[in-house]
Parts: sequence; C-alpha cells; structure tokens
Amino acid sequence: MTQRSIDLDVLRYNPETDSEPYWQRYSVPHHDEWVVLDALNHVKDNIDPTLNYRWSCHMAVCGSCGMMINGKPMLACKTFMRDFENLIRVEPLANFPIQRDLVTVMDDFVSKLARVKPYLIPKQDKPIEEGEYRQTPAELNRFKQYSMCINCMLCYSACPEYALIPKFIGPAAITLAHRYNLDSRDGGRDEREEVVASGEGVWECTFVGACSEACPKHVDPAGALQQAKIASTIDWFKEHLTSWLNK
Amino acid sequence: METIQTDIAIIGAGGAGLRAAIAVAEADPSLKIALVSKVYPMRSHTCAAEGGAAGAIKAEDSLEHHFNDTVGGGDWLSDQDAVEYFVKEAPRELVQLEHWGCPWNREPDGSVAVRPFGGMDIKRTWFAADKSGFHILHTLYQTSLQYPSIKFYDEFFATDLLVDDGHCRGLTAIEMRSGRMHHFQARAVIVAGGGAGRMFPFNTNGSIKTGDGMALAYRAGVPLKDMEFVQYHPTGLPNTGILLTEGCRGEGGILVNANGRRYLQDYGLGPETPVGKLVLKTMELGPRDRLSQAFFHEQQKGNTVKTPWGDCVYLDMRHLGEKLIDERLPFVRELATSYLGVDPVKEMVPVRPVVHYMMGGIHTDIRAATPIGGLFAAGECACVSINGANRLGSNSLTEILVFGKRAALSAIEHLQSATHTVNDAALTAQAQAAQDRIRTLFLRPVGKESISGMRREMMDTMELNAGIYRTGEGLADASTKLAELRRRYAEGVSLHDKTNVYNTDLLQALELGSMLDCAEALVASALARKESRGAHQRLDFTERDDANYLKHSLAYYHPSEPPRLDYSAVSITKSQPGVRNYSGNKK
Repeated sequence: MTQRSIDLDVLRYNPETDSEPYWQRYSVPHHDEWVVLDALNHVKDNIDPTLNYRWSCHMAVCGSCGMMINGKPMLACKTFMRDFENLIRVEPLANFPIQRDLVTVMDDFVSKLARVKPYLIPKQDKPIEEGEYRQTPAELNRFKQYSMCINCMLCYSACPEYALIPKFIGPAAITLAHRYNLDSRDGGRDEREEVVASGEGVWECTFVGACSEACPKHVDPAGALQQAKIASTIDWFKEHLTSWLNK
Repeated sequence: METIQTDIAIIGAGGAGLRAAIAVAEADPSLKIALVSKVYPMRSHTCAAEGGAAGAIKAEDSLEHHFNDTVGGGDWLSDQDAVEYFVKEAPRELVQLEHWGCPWNREPDGSVAVRPFGGMDIKRTWFAADKSGFHILHTLYQTSLQYPSIKFYDEFFATDLLVDDGHCRGLTAIEMRSGRMHHFQARAVIVAGGGAGRMFPFNTNGSIKTGDGMALAYRAGVPLKDMEFVQYHPTGLPNTGILLTEGCRGEGGILVNANGRRYLQDYGLGPETPVGKLVLKTMELGPRDRLSQAFFHEQQKGNTVKTPWGDCVYLDMRHLGEKLIDERLPFVRELATSYLGVDPVKEMVPVRPVVHYMMGGIHTDIRAATPIGGLFAAGECACVSINGANRLGSNSLTEILVFGKRAALSAIEHLQSATHTVNDAALTAQAQAAQDRIRTLFLRPVGKESISGMRREMMDTMELNAGIYRTGEGLADASTKLAELRRRYAEGVSLHDKTNVYNTDLLQALELGSMLDCAEALVASALARKESRGAHQRLDFTERDDANYLKHSLAYYHPSEPPRLDYSAVSITKSQPGVRNYSGNKK
C-alpha cells in the first residue's frame, strides 16, 4: 500500500534574504496519528533543514508551537492531521511581527506580562518557619483555572482588539493578573489595577470571546476579563458613591 | 562580538536556573544576574513534570524516613551527606514556593495535601493536580519578574564556558534572533541546563533536552559523574513517549499484563495488594527502575500486549472513577484521550517504559560547586548526587529548588572570597576562538552528512545498546559507533542554512554535538561498571558489587578519544548498603 501524502503549505520569511513572506509547499506523509508538528519535523529532518519554528514538549504544555493552521491559532503539537483533507496551511501567529518563518517576536507579550505584576503580593507577611498559608480547596478553585495559562499567545492572535490596538494588555496577561487578584493569599490588587483597569487594560476588551475559543487549555480569558471589569466597576462606584455620601 | 558584564551568569532558566536567580536577587540586590537560556523560561522542560515534589512536612513523616527512602531507592550510590542536606531543606523550599503562590492541592482544612509516590514509605509528595512542574515553573518565572537585577537573555544558546587558570570567568552565547555571538564576562557561572534524554529515540523529554549544559561543563574539564544511570519511567504512552505520571499509581492505578495479571508480584514487589487500597512502597508503588525492569522480563516471557507501537502493558485506572481522575489526574486523561484515543476513565491505557531522566551529570559537591573555581551546577544537568543509581519520583522537582538555591548561595560566597586577577586577553582570545568555531561551520561546504541522519544513528545505537538491560558486547558496539559518529561530526557536519536569524539548522548541529559527547560519557561509564545497580543493569554482571563498584564514575572529556574514567568515593554517613526490599512482607 502506498503512503498517502498531503500538501503542507508553509509561510516562509527570512529577513536577511526576503523582501516579503512567501508560500512554500511540501508534500508530507498523512498519518492519522500525526500532529502538524510531526509533519513540520518530517520536513525539517528529511526535506528542508532551513525551515524554522519553535517547539519542545510535544504535549501541549510548554506553549512554544503556537501558529496559524488553516487560518486559526492552534498548537501544532495538538492539531491532528486527520482533521484535514487535502491541504494544511501553516503561518506564524497573527498579530505578532515575524522573526523568521514560523517564529514570531514575543517581546510585546513578555513586557506586558511583567507590567501586570503576575506574582503574589502577600496580604500578610508570614515567615517560612510558620509554614504554609491556609487555603481551602474552594479558595484554590476560585483562581485555579486562570493559573493554567501556558503563555502560548493563541489568544492574542485571536483577539480582534489586539489586532487594532496593539497597546492593549491583552487576554493572557490580564487573566494572570486576575488569577493573583482572586488568590486568598494576595493583597496586591490595587497595584495591578493601575495597569489592568487603565485605558490599555480591561476596558479595551469588547467581549468578542475569541480568546476563550482559541485557548487550548480552557483557561477562559474572556471570563476573567469580564470578572475584572465588573470588579473595577464596583471599585469605581464604591469610590465615587462613598465620597458623595461622605460630602 | 558584543560584551556583557555581569556578576553571576546562569545558563538555563528552568526550575533550577530561576530558583538560583531569585536566590541571588534576594540575597544581594546589587548583584547583576544574567539569566541565559536557549528558550523563553516558561518553555523549559520543568513544565512537563506532572506528579509532584517530595518534602517531609506531615506529622507522621520525618526527615529520617525521606532520607532512608532516597538512599535505598538510589541503591546506596547517593551521597548521604547531600541527601541529609536535601531532605532538611526540602520542606522549607516547598513552603517558600507556596508563599510565592504555587497552587498546591489542599486538604479541606486548608493545609497542603500530599500524595503517595513510588519508593516512598509515607505520603510526602506535594502536588498541583498533575501539572506540578508546570505550576512550579510558572510560579518561579512570574516571581522572578519582580527583581530588576535579573536580566533575561532569552533564546541565547551558550556555546562555551570561558575558563582561565582553573576559574570560570564567563561564557559565550549566540543570540538566536540576530545570530550574533555575545561574550558574557561573569565572576561566577551556574549551569542549570537540564537533562539529555533526547539522545534516546523514545523519551518523555522535550526537544530542548539535549545535554547542552552537561556538555559545556564536560568540555571545560569538569567530569560527568554516574552518567550510566538513566531512568526509564515505567508508564509512557507507546506512540509518543508522553509521560503518564507516577501519580496515576499514587492515586491507585494498577499495572497488568496481557493475561490481566498484576505481574509486579512476580518480581519481588508482591504480594499483590488489594485494588483500591494503597499500600506504600510495594507493587505499583515500587521504584521506577524495578518496574521498568519487570516490564523487560514480561516482554521476554511473551506476557506483553502487542500494539502497533510495540509491546505494552496496561495501566488500569478505571476503578478510580471519573470524579477522582478529573480532580487529580485531569492532564493524564487529556493526554491519553487526545494522543492515544484511550480514555482512562473507561479503558485500560497501553504503556511502556520510556527514557525519562538522567541520574548522572556535572560533578558537583554538596555545595553545588564543580572542581572549577566559580563554576556551579544544579538540577538535572548536575550530579550532587542525591539520586544515586535510581531517582525516586518527586525528588527531582524538590532538587531543582534546594540545589538551585544552594548553587546561588555558593556563587555569592565565591564572589566574596575570590581574589584572583582576571586575564582579559586570554578570555577574549577564548571567546574569539568560540566564534571562529561557529564560523567554520558556516564556511564548510554542504557535505553528505545530515544532522538528522547522524542523530538517528546515535539514537538507534543508544536504544539498542544502552537501554534497560545492557551487555558488555552491546556497550562496546555503542562505544565504537559513537566514536565513529563523533569523528564524522567533527569532520563533516555542515549547515544548509548559512543565514543568521533564528537558524535552527545551526542550533540542531550544536545540540547534536552536545548529545554525542554526553552519549559517549554514558556508554564508557556503563561499559566499565561491571555490576548491576539501580537503573544500570548488566545481563553479564547481574549482581550489585559493593566491593568493587560502590563508587561514582567520573568521565573526563577528550576532544577526539573516548573519555578517561576515574572514580570517587560515595559519602556514607548513616546508612550502610543493604538489601532493597520492596516486598509487602517486609514489615
């Protein structure tokens, strides 16, 4: 029996030699069990060593291999070839500058992540010798889902607002800020609000929900952003109504 | 070449590298830290660890119990002074991580929950469902973002350590986005570059785990210690090598052969324990080396299940029920369902042993110091050694914390005591030579040797000759093959891609060089160790031989010949070598 093949179109770009990106077609074996990443590795190892892309874990947890697959932001290691009939088209993640081939420039996300202070700012200091903070399973469950973000940036690629307004802090970073805000051990929400509740923060989001649809880990960034908006609104009313009542 | 001045350079930004960076930043905010990593920190392979991290914290547990489990689990090759330090620091480090926000699973009263793990006689593994490594890595990375003294050099591939007069003074690294070589001038260097499982074809490791950190130190003159000890994890998905955590068995999963028999009882791990009732440190909760070896014997007897991806046994978790699986093993369910089409709630999952972890690595002392001044190592790339001949599951996530921090503190001590004058001319010449070697690769015309082809040959010989069971004959074949591959690599490796920006053709060429060096150290050490201990099993020397081999192997690099071997004593403080007893009848 002959091995069935499928065409894999890859958007190529090398800033040193190309004035603009172009499509290159490879013919790859079509295995039901293969993911798109396996096809790329097949090309790299057997056809074209000059093809470049990021990958590592091959189990959808390191977040390296986000790319556009037939127009949608996906993890190449979790997108099965069996779901495609005739052609697979692979491009770098939308809304990010291309560094080379399928490799995008990540600087914007990395700096935004740092700006939202995605770390525990303890409500109460506690020496290590006194052991762990108590946190009930229910308290853990309030934020657990939002801690599952693998920083793959598919949500930024899917987000129409980020496409229009690049200064938008964006789904993943705001979700991680929200994750710490919801943590019973944390007291840092006011500090994070300076960025999260600013014009670049939650108010840019128009709740299209594309981020949650794209998220491969079911983190639901859209839900986090809506919760963060409501919390900011309550803050606003508290601040203004209390000052009015106190007049 | 760009020059960067820093106080402490750290190579690798996984759990050990990040923990080291935070420790330096906390101890002395005036010290400049360069965190140099070939990937963005959150891509590091720490993220793939599932089961958890061991630390004695519960009332019924003690440091002594953790010590005894670890030393026995390591078949008495662990350095016991290092293990004492490790078990003492472990709870503190895990609490520290809790204070930084790590979402550990909890008991109803809000205290941290622990789960059983293989080879441990008391429940002491802290866990965050089955994504413990992921949460540890992201907690550390996110925490590290608050320290201005940590400067991230993401996607910089370290090519050489710069060593003059017995002291490490920095490194060279290629910035992937530009292709430019950078010279990091540092007063101390910590290597935290991870393991080397990718030298084997069937492994749980990410593509990045190519032994670069080990190879850097090895070429700089530090011996690689106990490299023959390679851990096979007993339960990998057969088609991809994807890990199904030991937590599956910690929560009550069982292993059965083609006849439905819980075969572990036939290999000194019995008697059979009741399904659904956990008995620690026996049967499915035995150590990984014993379980992987049992698989080999079942395969010999024809008791394994034939699958399109080779011989397997079954991991049966059906009796755990959907609720528990979704609460404690959701990732396992997702992985088995997506990648193999088998839902563990409803079906038994075919699994087979898979290369997982290197017990050996860069030789360090209990302070995480190598024999080269100012050079330290921690994490999987290092061999302290707490793991001896076989690591217990959930000790390595704790190890990256305890010894990541220890390496940082030792590096700071080194800065305070170091008085040597620096020979800038010699170091600059070394950096230049490093750049020239890369340039040579670019200038060499494309030859007939392909990087993927040589890599495949290396992997095949490792699988065939350096697996769960080894023979002198097979190891000698591997040694010959690796010598040939190293020669072909040195003479013939060439690049198809001659451009500078994010050149993964170059990256893979350099990674192959790292793996070949590590593989040769592994095979040479395995060939010389004529005994069976822990994860190193010889069909021609089937017994442990304390009289001759209760010692660490040390492999010293040679550029064109197999390594020179030497040995060093094992530190034995409280536990004399004894019988590893994982029978349920021991008590």
